[in-house]
Amino acid sequence: MRTNLETMAAHGSSAAVPQRAYVTGMVLALGGIGMFFTALVSAWIVRRGLSNGDWQPIEFPRILWLNTAILLASSVALARSRHWLIAGREADYRHWWGVATILGALFLSGQILAWRQLRAARIFLAANPASSFFYVFTVAHALHVVGGIAALVVIALRRPRHLSRQTSTQVAALYWHFMGALWLMIFALLLVK
Amino acid sequence: MSAQSVHSPEPRTGILRRYIFSADHKVIGLQYFFLALVAVTIGTILSLLMRMHLVWPAAHLPFVAGGIMTPEQYLALVTMHGTIMVFFVLSTVPQAGFGNYFLPIQIGAPDMAFPRLNMLSFWLTLLAFLVLLAAFFVPGGAPISGWTAYPPLSGLGEVTGPGEGTGQLLWVAGVLIFCIASLLGSINFISTTIDMRASGMTLMRMPLTVWAWFVTAILSLLAFAVLFAGGILLVLDRVAETSFFLPAGLVVNGELQMRGGGSPLLWQHLFWFFGHPEVYIAILPGMGAVSHILANFSRKPVFGYRAMAFALCAIGFLGFLVWGHHMFVSGMNPYSGLTFSLLTVSIGVPSAVKTFNWLGTLWGGRIRLQSPMLFAIGFVSFFVTGGLSGIFLAQPAVDTELHATYYVVAHFHIVMGVAAIFGIFAATHYWFPKMFGRRMNETLAKLHFWITFPGVYCIFMPMHFIGIEGGVRRYADSTGANFLAALQPLHLFITIAAFITATAQLVFFYNFFRSLRKGEPATENPWDATTLEWATASPPPLDNFGGHFPSVYRGPYEYSVPGAAQDFTPQHLESEQTHAD
Amino acid sequence: MARSRGCARRTHRPNRALALEFSRRFCLYDCVSRTRNGARGSAAPALLFALFLILFVAVTVYLFAARVYPAPPPISRGAALVDRQYNLTLCAAGAAFVLAQLGLACAVWRFRDRGQSARFISGNVALEVLWTCVTLVVFVGLGMFGRRAWADARFVSSPSNAIQIEVTTNQFVYTFRYPGPDGKFGRLDPSFISAPAGNPLGLDPNDAAGRDDAVLATLTVPVDRPVELLLRSQDVIHNFFVRELRLQQDAVPGMVIPVRFTADRIGTYEIVCTQLCGLGHNKMHSLLKVVSPSDYESFLQRQAAGP
Repeated sequence: MRTNLETMAAHGSSAAVPQRAYVTGMVLALGGIGMFFTALVSAWIVRRGLSNGDWQPIEFPRILWLNTAILLASSVALARSRHWLIAGREADYRHWWGVATILGALFLSGQILAWRQLRAARIFLAANPASSFFYVFTVAHALHVVGGIAALVVIALRRPRHLSRQTSTQVAALYWHFMGALWLMIFALLLVK
Repeated sequence: MSAQSVHSPEPRTGILRRYIFSADHKVIGLQYFFLALVAVTIGTILSLLMRMHLVWPAAHLPFVAGGIMTPEQYLALVTMHGTIMVFFVLSTVPQAGFGNYFLPIQIGAPDMAFPRLNMLSFWLTLLAFLVLLAAFFVPGGAPISGWTAYPPLSGLGEVTGPGEGTGQLLWVAGVLIFCIASLLGSINFISTTIDMRASGMTLMRMPLTVWAWFVTAILSLLAFAVLFAGGILLVLDRVAETSFFLPAGLVVNGELQMRGGGSPLLWQHLFWFFGHPEVYIAILPGMGAVSHILANFSRKPVFGYRAMAFALCAIGFLGFLVWGHHMFVSGMNPYSGLTFSLLTVSIGVPSAVKTFNWLGTLWGGRIRLQSPMLFAIGFVSFFVTGGLSGIFLAQPAVDTELHATYYVVAHFHIVMGVAAIFGIFAATHYWFPKMFGRRMNETLAKLHFWITFPGVYCIFMPMHFIGIEGGVRRYADSTGANFLAALQPLHLFITIAAFITATAQLVFFYNFFRSLRKGEPATENPWDATTLEWATASPPPLDNFGGHFPSVYRGPYEYSVPGAAQDFTPQHLESEQTHAD
Repeated sequence: MARSRGCARRTHRPNRALALEFSRRFCLYDCVSRTRNGARGSAAPALLFALFLILFVAVTVYLFAARVYPAPPPISRGAALVDRQYNLTLCAAGAAFVLAQLGLACAVWRFRDRGQSARFISGNVALEVLWTCVTLVVFVGLGMFGRRAWADARFVSSPSNAIQIEVTTNQFVYTFRYPGPDGKFGRLDPSFISAPAGNPLGLDPNDAAGRDDAVLATLTVPVDRPVELLLRSQDVIHNFFVRELRLQQDAVPGMVIPVRFTADRIGTYEIVCTQLCGLGHNKMHSLLKVVSPSDYESFLQRQAAGP
């Protein structure tokens, strides 16, 4: 459905939504997501600090190191892709955009593998507080990454009508890099014994 | 600089596209408004049932399964009344209702930044409401843990009490959906305010209503994200046998619960980290509207505009630092209690500044006591009363006496259930002509005001005394401790006042709905106001300004400017058009 | 202010640019309707408002100041400190209340629309600074002053002659446990809890220290002796509140929370639960009996002698 703003934009109205509003919107969304994870981190801190003696650090799945590298690589790929877009090299932009998307999907598969490894070791969600938080953090992050991959795919296939390509890729990149940074923080947290 | 001229979009055809599935911020604002109207009706009926049971415990009551209310039914009413009113009335109308309608217009924009996201926010809010109401109809009924849902009572399931099974789960689900809707809404509000202001509309020329909606949206963004996290953990405790909030060794009803080492206090910290900013989300837009209306009807600028904008920001910021004052006797470290106490009394400072500035706005004015102004002045009175009772509760030593008594009930009802509601009434009467092109009937409005204003004081002032005498809140009746019986006369007085005041709200409903069809047609600017919403038709066209987007040349409250042609100087008129010749 | 008005009765049709421009500034209709609505010059609503506020202030001040609905007399020094802080706050808040509401009443009456010009004042920095500072000093001062009552109750540890009594809460009863002549509490284990079998607290039968523990439904303490209650909960969050002590504390499962008081008046007082704990929340209550030292000794001996 076409909103009245889109009609106005189609007629070249400068009173319609400026492109920078989409960047503002994404930054705000990341603020909200960040706050959500901050709340989880404070819950983690409190729970660890309780002197019940039942905090048993779990066996850290080694595949997570590989997954981290893959996710960081996908951020690098996405940054390169945008670089080529700005430089006007269409084919290179598409190529690296695809690489970033595939690496993102690889990261998700890696996370699924990690969960299966834990299940095989009989470490479930409710086994102990450390495992509960492990799953909560990694599943919450993975769900957000799924959303990110969906956005990357949609932008590759057809960009949203009311955003310029410059803006849509900028907004997607912001989200994607944030997911990478978020993962680094979660990863560091999970490494703590 | 002339106003921009742009092709105007054609109006939608069909009822569905125009009024139901519309991405137009004005339609969405009204959808929120009418949703809240339904919610407040339900919430009020719930509270009247509570009041009836408190004074006539053996009576057969309507809507109550089985006729005579049981304690768990009473507690279910307490829970649902609080949840519905706080979320679907107070967090909806002032911000999502009026904010959606008027923010874009007041800044000279054609719509919100993300209209489709806006639409999604509303439909999610409606879904949340339906999910929540479903709790009444499942086996076990609605939850009994209060709108605060403290675990372990809320975290273990049916074993802790009736309604704690599916009912509580639906409650959490509804709240989680509401969180998402609010988060999406805040993104819209903040982006729109930052990026879509008309030319000349600097931050310091924004109406205080816009400032209020802006700060409130920032609070929403940060607070609801935290509630969402807490809610997810609570759901996991309930369905996945985790133990975030549930300690080991619980024996409920003789059954040993196999949980381990969680902390009930953790829920309280997460909940109140959201919960305190939430009450500022409920009141800040009302403060903005009151400043706006007081200036308009005193024919004077807002006294201390900058201080008012700054005070809104200060209240918003400090609001995140005081959550522990809900937890003085929770088992939290008593030293933290002192810290929270000092921060809490500090919030009284910007609140007091706002009150002084409201008085300063009135002082020296030319006050027209039309209905929006009556409610706005009423707001100030209630905010003073309710705010001052908060000073008692802000000190942990005094709170130890008054915590969880009717004193607290009095305090939060006066600030939220009355002041914020009067803000809504003021805004409704003020903006009705703009939204519907017709005027509400002044006589009926005044009748409504003059019964409601004393009425709500009669309802809530006696609650202070019940609390001082030790009357505990969330008590289904007074058959427990012996000292409670002496408080019944006060309860009776309150119930009678509640019925009279609730009945008077029918006058408002009648006035509102009748005026929709039969009110006097309204002009563009019936209140001789200066801000941009009064510079367009009533109701505004689809793109708000009929293609002629205004530019802004001055601040929002230029009333009675010396040397001007009239006692108001609209924001959008160029200087040559405003001086007397 | 010169104000010339043309007349243009309008409907709300958009896109009539000229009419918009014209009627934006000149509208007799509005002027007429305002007078008709009595907004100009009518003293009645302003008087009504002012009188109501004055009456409201008078009634409220009377009801609070005359203590028409008082809290019961305090029975401990801690309670007296709380009352003192409450009174101080009442004075400060009361003064602010009276000034603000009467200021509102005065403004509404004095500046009602009588055709005067409004004064174009947009603020006064000196005044802002002044009342911000005054408010800050008063409010923070109150908070700092109240520190004493709180610190007294919560920051100090119990003296060595304090009597320790354990309070266990569950849906919907209070159970009090005395350590008995050996002065030691026996070990508790949730797996032993069985109210029907007479072991509501889950005393471990293998622990000798628990054999002389007295488990009772009411709380008896001697006057003028420091008491330390150890609050526990078996299921959900409850609370222990005695009005006369001006003391309440949540009992949180998974925690043992101490509260301390020294009762200075003999009598029987009610204990109630203030933290919503389920359908029996309002029925959950017990008694605090403050007795003379000799009565307390007899009480202890009776417990030691067994049931």
